[in-house]
Amino acid sequence: MSEIKINDLVVKFANTNGTGSASANNMFAKAIMRMGIPVSAKNIFPSNIQGAPTWYDVRINEQNFLGRRAGKSDIVVAMNAQSFVADINNVCDGGYLIYDNSKQLPETLLRDNIHFLGIPISSICLKEFQNPRQRQLFKNVIYVGALAALLNIEFDVLKTLVRDQFKGKEKLIAPNIFALELGHQYAINHFDCPINYRIERRDLIGSRIMVDGNTGCALGALYGGATVVGWYPITPSTSVIEKFASYCQRLRIDPASGKKNYAIVQAEDELAAIGMAIGGGFNGARSFTATSGPGVSLMAEFLGLAYFAEIPVVLMNIQRAGPSTGMPTRTQQSDITACAYASHGDTKQVLLFPDSPAECFELSAMAFDLADRLQTPIIIMSDLDLGMNDHLSPPFQWTDKQKYDLGKVLSIRELDNMKQYGRYRDVDGDGICYRTIAGTHPNKGAFFTRGTSRNQDAVYSEKSADYVENMERLTRKFETAKHYLPKAEISKGLQNTKVGLVYYGTTSQAINEARFMLQQQGIPVDLMRILAFPFGDEIKDFVDHHEQVFVIEQNRDGQMRSLLITELEINPSQLDSILNFDGLAVTADAIVDGVQAQMDQQQQEVI
Amino acid sequence: MSFAKSKFHHKALPKNELGLTYRDYEGAISTLCAGCGHDSISSAIVHACHELSIEPHHIVKMSGIGCSSKAPNYFLNNSHGFNTVHGRMPSVTTGANMANKNLKYLAMSGDGDSASIGLGQFAHVVRRQLDMVYMVANNGVYGLTKGQLAATSDKGVKNKAGEISLFNDIDLCTMALQLGASFVARCFSGDKAQLVPIIKAAMSHKGFAFIDIISPCVTFNNHPDSTRSYDYVQDHITTGAITDYVPIKEEITKEIPAGRFEDICLHDGSIMRINKLDADYDTSNRMKAIIDVEEHKQRGEILTGLLYVDPTSRSFHELNETTETSLNQVKQDILCPGQRVLANINDGFR
Ligand SMILES: Cc1ncc(C[n+]2csc(CCOP(=O)(O)OP(=O)(O)O)c2C)c(N)n1
Ligand code: SF4
Repeated sequence: MSEIKINDLVVKFANTNGTGSASANNMFAKAIMRMGIPVSAKNIFPSNIQGAPTWYDVRINEQNFLGRRAGKSDIVVAMNAQSFVADINNVCDGGYLIYDNSKQLPETLLRDNIHFLGIPISSICLKEFQNPRQRQLFKNVIYVGALAALLNIEFDVLKTLVRDQFKGKEKLIAPNIFALELGHQYAINHFDCPINYRIERRDLIGSRIMVDGNTGCALGALYGGATVVGWYPITPSTSVIEKFASYCQRLRIDPASGKKNYAIVQAEDELAAIGMAIGGGFNGARSFTATSGPGVSLMAEFLGLAYFAEIPVVLMNIQRAGPSTGMPTRTQQSDITACAYASHGDTKQVLLFPDSPAECFELSAMAFDLADRLQTPIIIMSDLDLGMNDHLSPPFQWTDKQKYDLGKVLSIRELDNMKQYGRYRDVDGDGICYRTIAGTHPNKGAFFTRGTSRNQDAVYSEKSADYVENMERLTRKFETAKHYLPKAEISKGLQNTKVGLVYYGTTSQAINEARFMLQQQGIPVDLMRILAFPFGDEIKDFVDHHEQVFVIEQNRDGQMRSLLITELEINPSQLDSILNFDGLAVTADAIVDGVQAQMDQQQQEVI
Repeated sequence: MSFAKSKFHHKALPKNELGLTYRDYEGAISTLCAGCGHDSISSAIVHACHELSIEPHHIVKMSGIGCSSKAPNYFLNNSHGFNTVHGRMPSVTTGANMANKNLKYLAMSGDGDSASIGLGQFAHVVRRQLDMVYMVANNGVYGLTKGQLAATSDKGVKNKAGEISLFNDIDLCTMALQLGASFVARCFSGDKAQLVPIIKAAMSHKGFAFIDIISPCVTFNNHPDSTRSYDYVQDHITTGAITDYVPIKEEITKEIPAGRFEDICLHDGSIMRINKLDADYDTSNRMKAIIDVEEHKQRGEILTGLLYVDPTSRSFHELNETTETSLNQVKQDILCPGQRVLANINDGFR
């Protein structure tokens, strides 16, 4: 008998797209969270609407290592005939396969180093439920019930979850609980419950919530005061807008008149989507759009306009695997270059890199202040993994003391008191000029916004001196931006070390585990997480203070590394890349392997 | 280059209700070619806005890229303007309008800008019924890039370099009609008597108002082979409906002999009077308007005037049920649901 593992396992659910398994799988993950144990979930789905295999990986780890775990799963719930063989092979030695044995399994598929736990799920459903849709849906609930018995999950927790989930649809509560009980009872009657993997109640969750990053972005936009949205559907960004719309319907309807305090237009394409957001920003509303790679490409010209014409606007880029259509439902961090320099000419854009749903909220809300303050596009660089998967996250935070920073916008009174107004005069020396909004003053402050060169008073000019002065001011503004942007997060290890790991965004999930593993192998590391571009001075300092710095990225070309080298004039030999670009979230193992391999290689070179 | 105009005002200049002269509605000195039709459009806009007594700062001038799109520099100095990117002015105007529905959006585009690179955005802004005046300065040619054929060039015509237009032309008026525009007119930039009242009517119309303005390019499309030259247009023009714009307070409809005039009440309460030269012309018949435009075209004629108007149209914001306050004015305490609500939202994720 192998040892009993408590609160440390990976459960993989193999389902068929469109069979309604998502909510049952999510119920399983949430039950673990409600038992006080850290858990994460990743939905791996095809670029296909119905019928193809999907997987939902749940990692349970009381040390809070919640990144994707490399290698095989401890338990696989195999519900998809198409992927059945692969799913069986995906069970680690000594692990468990839970499957529907309504039909007998061919002998050839059996493996003797794993446990096969067959439950006649289809037969049970056929017997207990009349309605065909219910027969399908409750299959998923039955295996959750069985897992509860096998892993020792408190049944009451599941029952409360069902009640919470179906609040307002009370009719659904009893049959769901009944289905859970069917699975639970079957497992107790037929298997030796609990198995060697177990869940034991802890108190390790604190105030954390389980939510996806796109919900964070949507709520961030709502709290940040966004009112104008133009958008065009694209995976994985679509739910940002859909969630924004549904929260607006709840929270942004004027109670007296029943009218909307927001306007959303589903545009004809991304060109129009960003155009609308820019139009809104030009006219003084907080405006945004959300998209992914192909959309960013289309938006490039407009982003250049917004940069040069100095229009506040927020773009949420939920990155997916490129280039071109790439892998639409797989994750990557590969739009760094495309976004940092989006558009032709000497264009630079401000980027923010959230790493959790809570930070999606915080940075999205902050993006509207930054856009207004800096009068330029702000791009949120989320990704599919962060955007569409449920993460254990600190709660969303807002204090009513927070006041919107509307930046340098002149009121009618300020204009009245002004001798001379010039749109592009750098009055404060920080590169940020004062703007006026259409409709403010009858005869002062009107100007022409354009993407062409102009002088300080916004008059079209091709004079070299005017152009150069404007471009230099824009550089000055980009420098100023650093003061308003979040600093990189630096975490020194317990021991002094010359090795530093630089990372950003969703890599966060794997980093603590990687650091722990490296420490165990005698390689202590310091960490630095980049939160924004342009880079603050602390970033160069960190690199300079470490002999060996690895930049961990989820793209092929080491785009962040290149950006660091170019922007901070770092000697390329100071930065090594650790790259993962297979479309799945990076694992701690990959990071550790990358560090080791390069250290070994360098040692060999020295020898 | 741009030149400032002298601020000198002659005392005798007529003042409108706001006490402003037409000089107050002018823009910078034009840098377009002398004789460019677009300058006549600018001048007509200045007159229309002055006569309507609209406060200049309540107008926003929008445009794309092209000679025509430069024109907003040359009228309404006290209005904000936005020269966007080539062909995508409609989306920017949509966003601007979403942000502030209480201003008037006066947009100028070219036939290259609207019928080629911007055709998609043109079509969609029409179907969204955005409350704006959309003018296309249609010269059948690309002016700013020096004379290439435009998608509105008539099939078979030659450009200045001798290249023949092989393909069917796009008629933006019939497109606008077909896509549900609630106000569609075609004018000739050289006919101010027709253009000024049409612009006035369009500005008083709620919903999407489209005016296709034949505006000859003296530099690249005023040669004998062109169907957009001054001479050609003047010879082939026919008028469908003559409009006169009557502010509501001067309504005199009863004194007009029945049968000759048709008065249409616009959303702002003013009256637009259509002088039907053609006894059959009915400005409320969308299908008929499409057919008329086509029939005239087949005869080699250009039908001008107000082709269609639907005075009952509803704007984007009415359809969207947006709040009365413009969205750029709604305050934080209304927009932000606050800490307590967020605490509840958090609880939903536990
Ligand atoms: C994306 C892009 N492509 C091409 C151009 C070059 N360009 C500038 S104006 C223009 C055509 C303008 O023609 P039209 O809209 O008919 O205006 P006109 O100059 O004739 O008044 C073109 C192709 C551009 N500015 N942007
Ligand atoms: S090139 Fe043609 S369209 Fe452009 S300004 Fe000259 S005349 Fe007008």
